Amino acid sequence: MSVDKFTYLESSCVPLPNENVDTDQIIPARFLKATSREGFGENLFRDWRFSSSGEPIKDFVLNQSEYSGQILLAGKNFGSGSSREHAAWAIADYGFKVVISSFFADIFRNNALNNGVLPIQVSAEFLRKLFKAIEKDHSQKVGVDLEKQELRYNDEAFQFEINPYKKDCLLNGFDDIDYLIDKKAKIQDFEG
Amino acid sequence: MKAKTLFDKVWDAHVVEHVEGGPNILYIDKHLIHEVTSPQAFSGLNARGLNVFRPERTIATPDHNVPTVNQHLPIVDMESRSQVETLKANCEKNGIEMYGLNHPNNGIVHVVGPELGHTQPGMTLVCGDSHTSTHGAFGAVAFGIGTSEVEMVFATQCIMQSKPKKMRITVDGELAKGVSAKDLTLYVIAQLGTGGATGYFVEYAGSAVRSLSMEGRMTVCNMSIEMGARGGMIAPDETTFEYIKGRAYAPKGDEWDEKLTYWKTLKSDEGAEFDMEYTYRAEDIEPMITYGTNPGMGMGITACVPAQADIQASELPSFKKSLAYMEYEFGRKILGKKVDYVFVGSCTNGRIEDLRAFASLVAGHKKADSITAWIVPGSKKVEKQAMEEGLVEILEEAGFELRQPGCSACLAMNEDKVPAGKYCVSTSNRNFEGRQGPGARTLLASPLTAAAAAITGVITDPREFL
Repeated sequence: MSVDKFTYLESSCVPLPNENVDTDQIIPARFLKATSREGFGENLFRDWRFSSSGEPIKDFVLNQSEYSGQILLAGKNFGSGSSREHAAWAIADYGFKVVISSFFADIFRNNALNNGVLPIQVSAEFLRKLFKAIEKDHSQKVGVDLEKQELRYNDEAFQFEINPYKKDCLLNGFDDIDYLIDKKAKIQDFEG
Repeated sequence: MKAKTLFDKVWDAHVVEHVEGGPNILYIDKHLIHEVTSPQAFSGLNARGLNVFRPERTIATPDHNVPTVNQHLPIVDMESRSQVETLKANCEKNGIEMYGLNHPNNGIVHVVGPELGHTQPGMTLVCGDSHTSTHGAFGAVAFGIGTSEVEMVFATQCIMQSKPKKMRITVDGELAKGVSAKDLTLYVIAQLGTGGATGYFVEYAGSAVRSLSMEGRMTVCNMSIEMGARGGMIAPDETTFEYIKGRAYAPKGDEWDEKLTYWKTLKSDEGAEFDMEYTYRAEDIEPMITYGTNPGMGMGITACVPAQADIQASELPSFKKSLAYMEYEFGRKILGKKVDYVFVGSCTNGRIEDLRAFASLVAGHKKADSITAWIVPGSKKVEKQAMEEGLVEILEEAGFELRQPGCSACLAMNEDKVPAGKYCVSTSNRNFEGRQGPGARTLLASPLTAAAAAITGVITDPREFL
């Protein structure tokens, strides 16, 4: 699947300070039965978002109208557990373009990047400051400049790391399969 | 020549190309697929007008969704049935070998691969399932991937991966009676936490690891992902070779000798460097149990849940949420607390050795009336073996029945769901909120500990029965 180009985004954030958010919370297993990629956003954080009778749970941040935006701000070790890419699909389908955390699980990070969602790892200290800033002003805007690998709000800035190859893919909206298919002759040589 | 780790040797031998400033193009020897994470990869491939590049390197088995009773009947749940049928159609269209329901080779993908001899030392092996790390027990580089990567493997037999860092975890000494591979792995995860090995590939070493059977080694490598590791591996040795020899897809004749010579080179060189090392003593490990909602929240079965004062301030909100979900208290024991369900099975502990362990403890006892128990073999072969060895009779006399193979109540995508608020001692790998059904409370433990709970109806130290 080719992904949208990502260059610059400015948005308010949805704060989810929980640590160790596993992919079973992002999208519970019982919603993995589809054979297409569409519609997973409806069940994003299903069991935190809705009661067993389907009523929205008021305390949960996605149900609070004062928070909105294309950036999900998450606690440490986001996306641990299952390799299900459905978690990344659900996040993308819901409308998030960026997830900021102080730590990501490996497979989730890959899955997100393969679906045009940018996982940005910041220091624990910067994350704390960001949570505070959003708590103070729910509409606090955060700017994400992929070219400069910079995250900004007010006067604060953070330089984030990203694999140069992955950065290139996101900036240009191309994906790994396009790249690999071009290398087929080399792959056949390798097979000997 | 620079000393290399086991991981380096296998990884480096599979790099087709190093992308400047980026990942490696890594060649994949064996691709395992199942019904849940493959359909979108097949349709992606289709949309690009591509065929599966190397279908002979892929095997398929439905496991996540399947019922564990009446497998001869059509699957009742329409969505599950649709996924299983989609897998079948995709495999037929693309010439992929599939072990469908009722096929003698059907079962959980990570149980089936090794028992048929598909999994071999020195391989790269991937599957759209995080517990692919299981296969590392054979000295393979095996790890879970997402569906986009499944599509990449279909299209090119390669994926793009940055080389992880290397960690070695050494467990020396002898495991005490009643302490198994599952306890060893839960102990290590409790030490490191759920993100403690993120970014690393782990090699397990030490005399306690070496003394484990292949089943035990698979259990340990299986759960590497629960501390964030990309995968875990153990250098192959006589135990490994003995296990593989004679299996359906194992090399035979001259090819066996040739492979064996190569496999014997697969170990970390003297002086090879790891980015991180941890060492533990087997004698410090008790039968383990988890009390919280991630696999890192585990303790010796006789220990107390940590006191509030012992939890770091930043982690306290998540910790409190977790204990509230479990309805357990800070600083208290959980020994003797009520259990409602027991689940033996999954790619972690659904092998014959696990059923033997469970049967050995329940033999001569009766299941507690209050307990609902699901004993689910990891594969048709395990099911058959359990019958041949007389385990089924032992189980039945004690009030248990053997179900049919599948992932079952590990992730509850089929009908085997633990009801909200109920406690389940489970030999599976994850105790996340809602993992075994919305509101279900899971306590991870070994088959022996599960057996002790199944008999008494409460959390019980299995050593009391040994």
